[in-house]
Amino acid sequence: MKVLVPVKRVIDYNVKVRVKPDQTGVDLANVKMSMNPFCEIAVEEAVRLKEKGVVSEIVAVSIGPQQAQETIRTALAMGADRGILIQTDDDLEPLAVAKLLKAVVAEEAPELVLMGKQAIDGDNNATGQMMAALLGWPQATFASKVEIADGKATVTREIDGGLQTLEVALPAIVTADLRLNEPRYASLPNIMKAKKKPIDVKSTGDYGVDVSPRLKVLKVTEPPKRAGGIKVESAEQLVGKLKEAGVL
Amino acid sequence: MAVLVVAEHDNASVKDATNKTVTAALALSSDVDVLVAGLGAGAAAAAAAGIAGVRKVLHAEGAAFDQGVAEAVEGLVVPLMANYDAVLFAATATGKNAAPRIAAALDVSPISEIQEVVNASTFVRPIYAGNALETIETSDSKKVITVRTTAFAAAGTGGSASVEAVTAGAPSADVTFKGAEIVKSDRPELAGAKRVVSGGRAMGSADEFHNVIEPLADKLGAAVGASRAAVDAGYAPNDYQVGQTGKVVAPELYVAVGISGAIQHLAGMKDSKVIVAINKDADAPIFAIADYGLVADYKSAVPELMGELAKAGL
Repeated sequence: MKVLVPVKRVIDYNVKVRVKPDQTGVDLANVKMSMNPFCEIAVEEAVRLKEKGVVSEIVAVSIGPQQAQETIRTALAMGADRGILIQTDDDLEPLAVAKLLKAVVAEEAPELVLMGKQAIDGDNNATGQMMAALLGWPQATFASKVEIADGKATVTREIDGGLQTLEVALPAIVTADLRLNEPRYASLPNIMKAKKKPIDVKSTGDYGVDVSPRLKVLKVTEPPKRAGGIKVESAEQLVGKLKEAGVL
Repeated sequence: MAVLVVAEHDNASVKDATNKTVTAALALSSDVDVLVAGLGAGAAAAAAAGIAGVRKVLHAEGAAFDQGVAEAVEGLVVPLMANYDAVLFAATATGKNAAPRIAAALDVSPISEIQEVVNASTFVRPIYAGNALETIETSDSKKVITVRTTAFAAAGTGGSASVEAVTAGAPSADVTFKGAEIVKSDRPELAGAKRVVSGGRAMGSADEFHNVIEPLADKLGAAVGASRAAVDAGYAPNDYQVGQTGKVVAPELYVAVGISGAIQHLAGMKDSKVIVAINKDADAPIFAIADYGLVADYKSAVPELMGELAKAGL
Protein backbone atom coordinates (compact mmCIF):
# COMPACT_ATOMS: atom_id res chain seq x y z
CA MET A 1 0.00 0.00 0.00
CA LYS A 2 1.26 3.42 -0.94
CA VAL A 3 0.99 6.38 1.43
CA LEU A 4 1.24 10.03 0.50
CA VAL A 5 2.47 12.37 3.24
CA PRO A 6 2.21 16.10 2.57
CA VAL A 7 4.79 18.08 4.59
CA LYS A 8 5.09 21.83 5.10
CA ARG A 9 8.09 24.04 5.79
CA VAL A 10 7.18 26.51 8.51
CA ILE A 11 8.83 28.77 11.05
CA ASP A 12 10.44 26.59 13.72
CA TYR A 13 8.24 25.73 16.67
CA ASN A 14 10.62 27.42 19.13
CA VAL A 15 11.12 30.70 17.29
CA LYS A 16 9.47 33.79 18.72
CA VAL A 17 7.32 35.23 15.94
CA ARG A 18 7.73 38.92 15.14
CA VAL A 19 5.26 40.97 13.16
CA LYS A 20 6.85 43.22 10.52
CA PRO A 21 6.60 46.94 11.30
CA ASP A 22 4.86 47.59 7.96
CA GLN A 23 2.08 45.11 8.94
CA THR A 24 2.49 43.02 5.79
CA GLY A 25 3.21 39.77 7.59
CA VAL A 26 5.62 38.19 10.03
CA ASP A 27 9.37 38.44 9.70
CA LEU A 28 10.72 35.24 8.16
CA ALA A 29 14.15 36.62 7.14
CA ASN A 30 17.01 34.74 8.79
CA VAL A 31 14.60 32.77 10.93
CA LYS A 32 15.03 29.05 11.55
CA MET A 33 12.56 27.03 9.49
CA SER A 34 11.60 23.41 10.13
CA MET A 35 9.05 20.80 9.21
CA ASN A 36 5.65 21.58 10.70
CA PRO A 37 5.42 19.48 13.91
CA PHE A 38 2.12 17.87 12.92
CA CYS A 39 3.61 16.87 9.56
CA GLU A 40 6.48 15.22 11.43
CA ILE A 41 3.96 13.15 13.36
CA ALA A 42 2.30 12.13 10.07
CA VAL A 43 5.66 11.08 8.59
CA GLU A 44 6.46 9.08 11.71
CA GLU A 45 3.12 7.27 11.54
CA ALA A 46 3.69 6.40 7.89
CA VAL A 47 7.16 5.07 8.70
CA ARG A 48 5.76 2.97 11.57
CA LEU A 49 3.12 1.53 9.23
CA LYS A 50 5.90 0.65 6.81
CA GLU A 51 7.93 -0.98 9.57
CA LYS A 52 4.84 -3.06 10.42
CA GLY A 53 4.63 -4.19 6.81
CA VAL A 54 1.28 -2.47 6.19
CA VAL A 55 2.76 0.17 3.91
CA SER A 56 5.11 -0.49 1.01
CA GLU A 57 6.01 3.00 -0.16
CA ILE A 58 5.95 6.48 1.40
CA VAL A 59 5.91 9.51 -0.87
CA ALA A 60 6.54 12.87 0.83
CA VAL A 61 5.20 15.90 -1.03
CA SER A 62 5.78 19.54 -0.22
CA ILE A 63 4.49 22.73 -1.80
CA GLY A 64 6.75 25.69 -1.19
CA PRO A 65 9.98 27.45 -2.08
CA GLN A 66 13.13 25.70 -3.23
CA GLN A 67 14.23 25.38 0.41
CA ALA A 68 11.23 23.11 1.05
CA GLN A 69 13.51 20.42 -0.42
CA GLU A 70 15.17 20.41 3.02
CA THR A 71 11.80 19.61 4.57
CA ILE A 72 11.36 16.72 2.15
CA ARG A 73 14.91 15.55 2.95
CA THR A 74 13.94 15.47 6.62
CA ALA A 75 11.00 13.21 5.75
CA LEU A 76 13.29 11.02 3.62
CA ALA A 77 15.76 10.78 6.49
CA MET A 78 12.95 9.67 8.80
CA GLY A 79 12.07 6.88 6.37
CA ALA A 80 10.04 8.19 3.43
CA ASP A 81 11.09 6.67 0.11
CA ARG A 82 10.92 9.55 -2.33
CA GLY A 83 9.80 13.13 -2.57
CA ILE A 84 7.88 15.52 -4.75
CA LEU A 85 8.39 19.28 -4.49
CA ILE A 86 5.84 21.53 -6.12
CA GLN A 87 7.96 24.62 -6.18
CA THR A 88 6.36 28.02 -5.67
CA ASP A 89 7.27 31.21 -3.86
CA ASP A 90 3.61 32.07 -3.39
CA ASP A 91 2.01 31.48 -0.02
CA LEU A 92 -0.87 29.29 -1.17
CA GLU A 93 -4.20 29.02 0.62
CA PRO A 94 -5.44 25.63 1.85
CA LEU A 95 -7.90 25.50 -1.07
CA ALA A 96 -5.08 25.77 -3.62
CA VAL A 97 -2.93 23.31 -1.68
CA ALA A 98 -5.81 20.82 -1.52
CA LYS A 99 -6.33 21.12 -5.29
CA LEU A 100 -2.64 20.53 -6.01
CA LEU A 101 -2.53 17.57 -3.64
CA LYS A 102 -5.63 16.15 -5.29
CA ALA A 103 -3.75 16.29 -8.59
CA VAL A 104 -0.78 14.52 -6.97
CA VAL A 105 -3.15 11.85 -5.67
CA ALA A 106 -4.47 11.37 -9.22
CA GLU A 107 -0.90 10.67 -10.41
CA GLU A 108 0.33 8.63 -7.47
CA ALA A 109 -2.85 6.72 -6.56
CA PRO A 110 -2.07 6.28 -2.84
CA GLU A 111 -4.54 4.36 -0.69
CA LEU A 112 -3.93 6.60 2.28
CA VAL A 113 -2.97 10.23 2.77
CA LEU A 114 -1.49 10.89 6.20
CA MET A 115 -0.95 14.53 7.07
CA GLY A 116 -0.77 16.95 9.97
CA LYS A 117 -4.01 18.40 11.27
CA GLN A 118 -2.77 21.95 10.93
CA ALA A 119 0.31 23.99 10.13
CA ILE A 120 1.57 26.19 12.93
CA ASP A 121 1.92 29.26 10.70
CA GLY A 122 -1.56 29.84 9.28
CA ASP A 123 -3.27 27.67 11.94
CA ASN A 124 -6.07 26.95 9.48
CA ASN A 125 -6.63 23.27 10.20
CA ALA A 126 -8.28 22.86 6.80
CA THR A 127 -6.20 21.22 4.08
CA GLY A 128 -6.87 17.59 4.98
CA GLN A 129 -10.62 18.05 5.22
CA MET A 130 -10.63 20.00 1.94
CA MET A 131 -8.65 17.35 0.12
CA ALA A 132 -11.07 14.71 1.37
CA ALA A 133 -14.01 16.68 0.00
CA LEU A 134 -12.37 17.28 -3.37
CA LEU A 135 -11.52 13.58 -3.70
CA GLY A 136 -14.86 12.39 -2.31
CA TRP A 137 -12.92 10.39 0.27
CA PRO A 138 -13.80 9.88 3.92
CA GLN A 139 -11.75 11.75 6.49
CA ALA A 140 -10.54 10.94 9.97
CA THR A 141 -9.10 14.09 11.47
CA PHE A 142 -7.24 14.73 14.76
CA ALA A 143 -6.09 11.11 14.96
CA SER A 144 -4.50 9.75 18.13
CA LYS A 145 -4.45 6.11 16.95
CA VAL A 146 -4.55 4.53 13.49
CA GLU A 147 -5.03 0.87 12.60
CA ILE A 148 -5.13 -0.36 9.03
CA ALA A 149 -6.73 -3.69 8.09
CA ASP A 150 -8.98 -5.17 5.38
CA GLY A 151 -9.11 -2.04 3.25
CA LYS A 152 -10.19 0.10 6.20
CA ALA A 153 -8.62 2.47 8.66
CA THR A 154 -9.88 2.45 12.23
CA VAL A 155 -9.00 5.81 13.69
CA THR A 156 -9.34 7.12 17.23
CA ARG A 157 -9.90 10.87 17.14
CA GLU A 158 -9.43 13.56 19.76
CA ILE A 159 -12.72 15.41 20.04
CA ASP A 160 -14.31 17.76 22.57
CA GLY A 161 -15.17 15.72 25.63
CA GLY A 162 -12.92 12.76 24.86
CA LEU A 163 -12.24 10.31 22.06
CA GLN A 164 -14.23 9.03 19.10
CA THR A 165 -13.46 6.03 16.93
CA LEU A 166 -14.38 6.02 13.25
CA GLU A 167 -13.88 3.36 10.63
CA VAL A 168 -13.21 4.79 7.18
CA ALA A 169 -13.00 2.87 3.94
CA LEU A 170 -9.71 3.33 2.08
CA PRO A 171 -8.67 5.40 0.25
CA ALA A 172 -9.02 7.98 2.97
CA ILE A 173 -7.44 11.06 4.53
CA VAL A 174 -6.13 10.84 8.08
CA THR A 175 -4.85 13.95 9.87
CA ALA A 176 -2.51 13.59 12.82
CA ASP A 177 -3.00 15.10 16.24
CA LEU A 178 -0.28 15.56 18.86
CA ARG A 179 -0.58 12.26 20.62
CA LEU A 180 -0.53 9.94 17.63
CA ASN A 181 3.16 9.23 18.20
CA GLU A 182 6.49 10.79 19.10
CA PRO A 183 8.49 11.40 15.95
CA ARG A 184 11.97 9.95 15.80
CA TYR A 185 15.17 11.84 15.22
CA ALA A 186 16.77 10.79 11.96
CA SER A 187 20.07 8.97 12.48
CA LEU A 188 23.19 10.21 10.74
CA PRO A 189 23.37 7.17 8.40
CA ASN A 190 19.73 7.74 7.46
CA ILE A 191 20.39 11.44 6.83
CA MET A 192 23.24 10.40 4.50
CA LYS A 193 21.01 7.84 2.76
CA ALA A 194 18.26 10.42 2.35
CA LYS A 195 20.57 12.53 0.21
CA LYS A 196 20.48 9.80 -2.44
CA LYS A 197 16.70 9.39 -2.44
CA PRO A 198 14.97 11.02 -5.41
CA ILE A 199 13.02 14.29 -5.25
CA ASP A 200 10.93 15.18 -8.27
CA VAL A 201 10.67 18.96 -8.70
CA LYS A 202 7.49 20.29 -10.29
CA SER A 203 5.79 23.63 -10.63
CA THR A 204 2.22 24.55 -9.79
CA GLY A 205 1.62 25.02 -13.54
CA ASP A 206 2.33 21.32 -14.13
CA TYR A 207 -0.97 20.39 -12.51
CA GLY A 208 -3.33 22.69 -14.37
CA VAL A 209 -5.28 23.78 -11.29
CA ASP A 210 -6.40 27.23 -10.26
CA VAL A 211 -4.26 28.34 -7.32
CA SER A 212 -5.26 32.00 -7.34
CA PRO A 213 -5.92 33.45 -3.89
CA ARG A 214 -9.43 34.08 -2.63
CA LEU A 215 -8.34 35.89 0.50
CA LYS A 216 -6.50 39.18 0.64
CA VAL A 217 -4.43 39.92 3.72
CA LEU A 218 -5.14 43.56 4.53
CA LYS A 219 -2.79 43.69 7.48
CA VAL A 220 -0.98 41.61 10.07
CA THR A 221 -0.72 43.10 13.52
CA GLU A 222 0.56 42.21 16.95
CA PRO A 223 -2.06 41.10 19.42
CA PRO A 224 -2.64 43.48 22.32
CA LYS A 225 0.06 42.92 24.91
CA ARG A 226 -1.00 41.68 28.26
CA ALA A 227 0.66 43.66 30.99
CA GLY A 228 2.28 41.57 33.69
CA GLY A 229 0.74 41.88 37.12
CA ILE A 230 2.12 41.59 40.60
CA LYS A 231 3.62 38.89 42.76
CA VAL A 232 1.74 38.04 45.90
CA GLU A 233 3.44 36.71 49.01
CA SER A 234 0.86 34.26 50.26
CA ALA A 235 -2.35 32.42 49.51
CA GLU A 236 -4.10 34.79 51.91
CA GLN A 237 -2.96 37.85 49.96
CA LEU A 238 -3.93 36.11 46.70
CA VAL A 239 -7.49 35.50 47.86
CA GLY A 240 -7.68 39.13 48.99
CA LYS A 241 -6.59 40.34 45.57
CA LEU A 242 -9.04 38.05 43.80
CA LYS A 243 -11.85 39.40 45.95
CA GLU A 244 -10.81 42.96 45.10
CA ALA A 245 -10.80 42.03 41.42
CA GLY A 246 -14.33 40.72 41.81
CA VAL A 247 -13.65 37.25 40.46
CA LEU A 248 -14.46 35.26 43.59
CA MET B 1 -27.56 38.36 2.83
CA ALA B 2 -28.66 35.25 4.69
CA VAL B 3 -26.42 33.38 7.10
CA LEU B 4 -26.65 29.81 8.34
CA VAL B 5 -25.25 28.75 11.71
CA VAL B 6 -24.67 25.03 12.20
CA ALA B 7 -25.59 24.28 15.80
CA GLU B 8 -23.74 22.11 18.28
CA HIS B 9 -26.07 20.36 20.61
CA ASP B 10 -26.64 17.26 22.72
CA ASN B 11 -30.15 16.66 21.35
CA ALA B 12 -31.71 18.15 24.50
CA SER B 13 -30.12 21.58 24.39
CA VAL B 14 -27.93 23.79 22.25
CA LYS B 15 -24.35 24.36 23.37
CA ASP B 16 -23.24 27.79 24.48
CA ALA B 17 -20.74 27.81 21.59
CA THR B 18 -23.72 28.03 19.23
CA ASN B 19 -25.14 31.11 20.99
CA LYS B 20 -21.74 32.75 20.58
CA THR B 21 -21.59 31.78 16.92
CA VAL B 22 -25.03 33.33 16.43
CA THR B 23 -23.62 36.60 17.79
CA ALA B 24 -20.85 36.48 15.19
CA ALA B 25 -23.42 35.66 12.49
CA LEU B 26 -25.59 38.62 13.51
CA ALA B 27 -22.56 40.86 12.89
CA LEU B 28 -22.72 39.69 9.25
CA SER B 29 -26.45 39.94 8.68
CA SER B 30 -29.75 40.16 10.51
CA ASP B 31 -31.05 37.14 8.58
CA VAL B 32 -29.60 34.31 10.65
CA ASP B 33 -30.97 30.78 10.51
CA VAL B 34 -29.74 27.90 12.67
CA LEU B 35 -29.39 24.32 11.46
CA VAL B 36 -29.92 21.59 14.04
CA ALA B 37 -29.03 18.16 12.68
CA GLY B 38 -29.24 15.12 14.89
CA LEU B 39 -31.09 12.00 15.90
CA GLY B 40 -33.93 12.85 18.27
CA ALA B 41 -32.88 16.50 18.34
CA GLY B 42 -36.36 18.05 18.50
CA ALA B 43 -35.71 19.60 21.92
CA ALA B 44 -32.44 21.11 20.70
CA ALA B 45 -34.23 22.56 17.66
CA ALA B 46 -36.83 24.11 19.97
CA ALA B 47 -34.01 25.53 22.13
CA ALA B 48 -32.33 27.00 19.05
CA ALA B 49 -35.60 28.66 18.10
CA GLY B 50 -35.45 30.49 21.42
CA ILE B 51 -32.07 32.12 20.75
CA ALA B 52 -32.55 35.87 20.39
CA GLY B 53 -32.11 37.14 16.86
CA VAL B 54 -32.61 33.83 15.07
CA ARG B 55 -34.96 34.06 12.08
CA LYS B 56 -35.64 30.38 11.49
CA VAL B 57 -34.44 26.97 12.64
CA LEU B 58 -33.85 24.19 10.15
CA HIS B 59 -34.18 20.78 11.76
CA ALA B 60 -32.74 17.69 10.06
CA GLU B 61 -33.31 14.26 11.58
CA GLY B 62 -31.32 11.18 10.72
CA ALA B 63 -29.06 8.48 12.12
CA ALA B 64 -26.21 9.85 10.01
CA PHE B 65 -26.21 13.05 12.09
CA ASP B 66 -26.02 11.35 15.46
CA GLN B 67 -22.26 11.74 15.76
CA GLY B 68 -21.79 14.85 13.65
CA VAL B 69 -19.47 13.19 11.13
CA ALA B 70 -18.25 15.66 8.53
CA GLU B 71 -19.34 13.60 5.53
CA ALA B 72 -22.97 13.65 6.68
CA VAL B 73 -22.87 17.35 7.53
CA GLU B 74 -21.41 18.05 4.09
CA GLY B 75 -24.23 16.15 2.39
CA LEU B 76 -26.74 18.22 4.35
CA VAL B 77 -25.23 21.70 4.27
CA VAL B 78 -23.87 21.94 0.72
CA PRO B 79 -27.31 21.82 -0.97
CA LEU B 80 -28.71 24.24 1.64
CA MET B 81 -26.06 26.78 0.68
CA ALA B 82 -28.07 27.59 -2.44
CA ASN B 83 -30.12 29.75 -0.06
CA TYR B 84 -27.29 31.26 2.01
CA ASP B 85 -24.35 33.58 1.54
CA ALA B 86 -22.41 32.36 4.55
CA VAL B 87 -22.28 29.40 6.90
CA LEU B 88 -20.75 29.63 10.36
CA PHE B 89 -19.56 26.92 12.72
CA ALA B 90 -18.14 27.23 16.21
CA ALA B 91 -14.42 26.45 16.04
CA THR B 92 -14.84 23.30 18.12
CA ALA B 93 -13.53 19.85 17.17
CA THR B 94 -16.79 19.20 15.32
CA GLY B 95 -16.89 22.56 13.57
CA LYS B 96 -13.25 22.48 12.55
CA ASN B 97 -13.74 18.98 11.19
CA ALA B 98 -16.73 19.83 9.00
CA ALA B 99 -16.31 23.44 7.86
CA PRO B 100 -13.30 23.04 5.53
CA ARG B 101 -14.91 20.02 3.92
CA ILE B 102 -17.96 22.11 3.05
CA ALA B 103 -15.76 24.99 1.85
CA ALA B 104 -13.93 22.71 -0.57
CA ALA B 105 -17.21 21.29 -1.86
CA LEU B 106 -18.35 24.87 -2.54
CA ASP B 107 -14.94 25.82 -4.02
CA VAL B 108 -14.30 28.58 -1.50
CA SER B 109 -11.46 29.37 0.91
CA PRO B 110 -12.54 28.69 4.48
CA ILE B 111 -11.92 31.37 7.07
CA SER B 112 -10.79 29.75 10.31
CA GLU B 113 -11.30 30.91 13.88
CA ILE B 114 -12.42 34.48 13.33
CA GLN B 115 -12.26 36.62 16.45
CA GLU B 116 -13.72 39.79 14.96
CA VAL B 117 -16.13 40.66 12.15
CA VAL B 118 -14.89 43.89 10.52
CA ASN B 119 -17.58 43.78 7.84
CA ALA B 120 -19.44 41.09 5.92
CA SER B 121 -16.31 40.10 3.97
CA THR B 122 -13.48 41.16 6.29
CA PHE B 123 -12.43 39.31 9.40
CA VAL B 124 -9.68 39.21 12.01
CA ARG B 125 -8.16 35.86 12.93
CA PRO B 126 -5.15 34.70 14.92
CA ILE B 127 -2.16 33.12 13.19
CA TYR B 128 1.13 31.75 14.56
CA ALA B 129 -0.49 30.54 17.77
CA GLY B 130 -2.03 33.92 18.39
CA ASN B 131 1.31 35.73 18.17
CA ALA B 132 -0.07 37.70 15.22
CA LEU B 133 -3.51 38.71 14.02
CA GLU B 134 -4.36 38.87 10.35
CA THR B 135 -7.14 40.95 8.86
CA ILE B 136 -8.35 39.21 5.73
CA GLU B 137 -10.88 40.07 3.09
CA THR B 138 -12.53 37.31 1.10
CA SER B 139 -13.57 37.58 -2.52
CA ASP B 140 -15.60 34.37 -2.40
CA SER B 141 -19.32 34.85 -2.92
CA LYS B 142 -20.12 32.17 -0.33
CA LYS B 143 -18.31 32.27 2.96
CA VAL B 144 -17.47 29.32 5.19
CA ILE B 145 -16.33 30.47 8.60
CA THR B 146 -15.39 28.99 11.96
CA VAL B 147 -15.74 31.23 15.00
CA ARG B 148 -13.42 31.47 17.98
CA THR B 149 -16.22 31.46 20.50
CA THR B 150 -14.25 33.08 23.35
CA ALA B 151 -14.21 36.30 21.32
CA PHE B 152 -18.00 36.68 21.11
CA ALA B 153 -20.66 37.08 23.78
CA ALA B 154 -23.43 34.48 23.80
CA ALA B 155 -26.69 35.50 22.15
CA GLY B 156 -29.45 35.49 24.73
CA THR B 157 -32.82 33.80 24.81
CA GLY B 158 -36.29 35.18 24.20
CA GLY B 159 -36.46 34.45 20.49
CA SER B 160 -39.41 32.72 18.91
CA ALA B 161 -38.19 31.50 15.54
CA SER B 162 -40.13 28.95 13.54
CA VAL B 163 -38.77 25.41 13.16
CA GLU B 164 -38.81 23.89 9.70
CA ALA B 165 -37.93 20.30 8.91
CA VAL B 166 -35.34 19.73 6.19
CA THR B 167 -34.42 16.49 4.53
CA ALA B 168 -30.82 15.55 4.06
CA GLY B 169 -28.75 14.34 1.18
CA ALA B 170 -26.64 11.23 1.56
CA PRO B 171 -23.26 11.31 3.34
CA SER B 172 -20.52 12.09 0.84
CA ALA B 173 -18.21 9.21 1.73
CA ASP B 174 -18.08 5.88 3.56
CA VAL B 175 -17.63 6.40 7.31
CA THR B 176 -18.81 4.22 10.16
CA PHE B 177 -19.03 5.38 13.76
CA LYS B 178 -17.50 2.72 16.01
CA GLY B 179 -17.67 4.27 19.42
CA ALA B 180 -16.73 7.09 21.74
CA GLU B 181 -15.17 7.52 25.14
CA ILE B 182 -16.55 10.71 26.53
CA VAL B 183 -15.31 11.89 29.88
CA LYS B 184 -18.28 12.29 32.20
CA SER B 185 -18.06 15.22 34.53
CA ASP B 186 -20.29 17.39 36.68
CA ARG B 187 -17.90 20.28 36.27
CA PRO B 188 -18.58 23.11 33.84
CA GLU B 189 -17.51 22.62 30.24
CA LEU B 190 -13.92 23.81 29.79
CA ALA B 191 -14.44 25.92 26.68
CA GLY B 192 -17.18 28.08 28.18
CA ALA B 193 -16.38 27.97 31.91
CA LYS B 194 -16.27 31.18 33.98
CA ARG B 195 -13.41 29.78 36.02
CA VAL B 196 -10.68 27.32 35.01
CA VAL B 197 -8.01 25.62 37.11
CA SER B 198 -5.21 24.05 35.06
CA GLY B 199 -2.36 21.81 36.12
CA GLY B 200 1.00 21.31 34.48
CA ARG B 201 3.85 18.90 34.31
CA ALA B 202 4.91 19.77 37.87
CA MET B 203 2.07 17.53 39.09
CA GLY B 204 4.26 14.54 38.32
CA SER B 205 1.50 11.94 38.16
CA ALA B 206 -2.14 11.43 37.26
CA ASP B 207 -2.92 10.79 40.95
CA GLU B 208 -1.34 14.05 42.00
CA PHE B 209 -3.26 15.89 39.26
CA HIS B 210 -6.46 14.30 40.48
CA ASN B 211 -5.71 15.02 44.16
CA VAL B 212 -4.51 18.61 43.77
CA ILE B 213 -6.11 20.22 40.74
CA GLU B 214 -9.59 18.73 40.88
CA PRO B 215 -10.42 19.66 44.51
CA LEU B 216 -9.26 23.23 43.88
CA ALA B 217 -11.40 23.37 40.73
CA ASP B 218 -14.39 22.02 42.65
CA LYS B 219 -13.88 24.56 45.43
CA LEU B 220 -14.01 27.32 42.82
CA GLY B 221 -16.77 25.71 40.76
CA ALA B 222 -14.25 25.71 37.93
CA ALA B 223 -13.56 23.56 34.90
CA VAL B 224 -10.31 21.59 34.86
CA GLY B 225 -7.64 22.24 32.27
CA ALA B 226 -4.10 21.06 31.68
CA SER B 227 -0.97 22.01 29.83
CA ARG B 228 0.12 19.98 26.85
CA ALA B 229 3.03 18.62 28.90
CA ALA B 230 0.62 17.27 31.52
CA VAL B 231 -1.59 15.68 28.87
CA ASP B 232 1.34 14.19 26.96
CA ALA B 233 2.61 12.71 30.22
CA GLY B 234 -0.77 11.08 30.79
CA TYR B 235 -1.65 13.07 33.93
CA ALA B 236 -4.86 14.40 32.36
CA PRO B 237 -7.11 13.37 29.45
CA ASN B 238 -6.61 14.94 26.03
CA ASP B 239 -9.71 17.10 26.10
CA TYR B 240 -8.35 19.00 29.13
CA GLN B 241 -5.60 20.52 27.02
CA VAL B 242 -5.58 24.29 26.92
CA GLY B 243 -3.44 25.81 24.19
CA GLN B 244 -2.90 26.54 20.55
CA THR B 245 -3.77 23.03 19.50
CA GLY B 246 -6.12 22.26 22.35
CA LYS B 247 -8.92 24.38 23.71
CA VAL B 248 -8.86 28.15 23.70
CA VAL B 249 -10.44 29.52 26.86
CA ALA B 250 -11.11 33.02 28.17
CA PRO B 251 -12.68 32.63 31.61
CA GLU B 252 -13.06 35.37 34.20
CA LEU B 253 -10.51 33.54 36.36
CA TYR B 254 -7.74 31.25 35.15
CA VAL B 255 -5.55 29.56 37.75
CA ALA B 256 -2.38 27.92 36.39
CA VAL B 257 -0.78 25.52 38.83
CA GLY B 258 2.69 24.19 38.11
CA ILE B 259 2.54 25.41 34.52
CA SER B 260 5.67 27.06 33.17
CA GLY B 261 3.85 28.88 30.37
CA ALA B 262 5.04 27.61 26.99
CA ILE B 263 3.99 29.85 24.09
CA GLN B 264 1.49 27.31 22.87
CA HIS B 265 -0.20 27.16 26.28
CA LEU B 266 -0.34 30.94 26.61
CA ALA B 267 -2.03 31.04 23.19
CA GLY B 268 -4.93 29.16 24.70
CA MET B 269 -5.57 31.26 27.81
CA LYS B 270 -4.02 34.71 27.53
CA ASP B 271 -7.40 36.34 26.91
CA SER B 272 -8.64 35.29 30.35
CA LYS B 273 -9.80 38.24 32.45
CA VAL B 274 -7.72 37.46 35.52
CA ILE B 275 -4.79 35.03 35.45
CA VAL B 276 -3.28 33.52 38.58
CA ALA B 277 -0.03 31.56 38.39
CA ILE B 278 1.37 29.33 41.09
CA ASN B 279 4.85 28.06 40.31
CA LYS B 280 7.97 27.53 42.35
CA ASP B 281 10.18 28.81 39.53
CA ALA B 282 10.15 32.61 39.81
CA ASP B 283 11.45 32.86 36.23
CA ALA B 284 8.64 30.83 34.66
CA PRO B 285 7.23 32.67 31.60
CA ILE B 286 3.69 32.30 32.96
CA PHE B 287 4.47 35.08 35.48
CA ALA B 288 4.99 37.55 32.62
CA ILE B 289 1.28 37.45 31.79
CA ALA B 290 -0.20 36.58 35.20
CA ASP B 291 -2.11 39.26 37.08
CA TYR B 292 -1.26 37.60 40.36
CA GLY B 293 1.77 35.38 40.69
CA LEU B 294 2.56 33.26 43.72
CA VAL B 295 6.08 31.89 43.72
CA ALA B 296 5.64 28.76 45.77
CA ASP B 297 5.61 24.99 45.60
CA TYR B 298 2.07 24.00 44.70
CA LYS B 299 2.28 21.22 47.29
CA SER B 300 2.04 23.77 50.06
CA ALA B 301 0.41 26.63 48.14
CA VAL B 302 -2.69 24.79 46.94
CA PRO B 303 -3.73 23.49 50.38
CA GLU B 304 -3.16 26.98 51.80
CA LEU B 305 -5.24 28.45 49.01
CA MET B 306 -7.99 25.92 49.69
CA GLY B 307 -7.94 26.98 53.32
CA GLU B 308 -8.11 30.69 52.46
CA LEU B 309 -10.94 30.08 50.01
CA ALA B 310 -12.82 28.21 52.73
CA LYS B 311 -12.31 31.16 55.08
CA ALA B 312 -13.66 33.41 52.35
CA GLY B 313 -16.81 31.35 52.35
CA LEU B 314 -16.18 29.17 49.28
